Amino acid sequence: MPRIPLLHRRDLVCQQAVELVTSYLEGTLSRAGRRRFEAHLANCPHCSEYLAQMRTTIELTGRITPEDLPPHMQDEFVALYRRWQAGRDNAGPGRG
Amino acid sequence: MRQYSKRHAAAAVHQDKDDDLLAALRAGDEQAFVALVRRHHSAMLRLATGYVPSAAIAEEVVQDTWLAVLRGISGFEGRSTLRTWLLRIVVNRARTAGLRERRTVAVADPEPAVDPSRFDASGAWASPPERWAQEAQDRLRAAAIAARLRSAMGELPARQREVVTLRDVEGLSSGEVCSVLDISEGNQRVLLHRGRSRLRQVLETEFGRT
Repeated sequence: MPRIPLLHRRDLVCQQAVELVTSYLEGTLSRAGRRRFEAHLANCPHCSEYLAQMRTTIELTGRITPEDLPPHMQDEFVALYRRWQAGRDNAGPGRG
Repeated sequence: MRQYSKRHAAAAVHQDKDDDLLAALRAGDEQAFVALVRRHHSAMLRLATGYVPSAAIAEEVVQDTWLAVLRGISGFEGRSTLRTWLLRIVVNRARTAGLRERRTVAVADPEPAVDPSRFDASGAWASPPERWAQEAQDRLRAAAIAARLRSAMGELPARQREVVTLRDVEGLSSGEVCSVLDISEGNQRVLLHRGRSRLRQVLETEFGRT
């Protein structure tokens, strides 16, 4: 039975690599850290897929569009603005 | 007006538009105020929701914030983007409302990105991820998944939800998020990592068979 070659002491294992994905994407790994991470990916299709999945996750999250303001709330803000302006006008000469 | 993209290259355009609206608001244009509210309200509301126990209180915080904006509009010097400024006010208001004061985030307890049982003793994948990253980009499936992702966001711990929302939905930079939430770069990254990792797990249960 083939033995898995002993890992170089500084090599990453998958369990470590998945924890570095965000730092990698954020560009906050040291140069050496980045090299180690990329060296691991080059030999590990599973972690490469994992990284692709994280990118997909970010991409799909980015497609969640913020809800538009419902019309009744828009009216409330118009009222808020008018109250504020009325208060300012009553308070005396504005700053123009 | 349709949704504009808030991300990356669009950020500069976004800022220009804010500047125009701000100038109009200073000149007393009511519609400029409404337009600004429409642009920023949902991000503000989502952020406030992370601090207060009910949607009603979150809406109050956001309304108070807009009132503070109207009162302080001449004090805004444009050193930060308008959005960062607005979101900072929301956070300060929500916090000083005394509803949940937590400046620093406990990041000590480890919360692995992937269930440890999926690795063997050496730390290599024992149960590797199914391949779906590519397939998930498919428009139809992506649309179907949006609702699931939205509810998964709601289930994230509040701090993770805030960071993921601001970064990945609203498109703020890491620096802006730190400034808005008053957290360190390191905390921001940990929260982002945990939040995104959880969302990936949710997608995995949708797309993968693992």
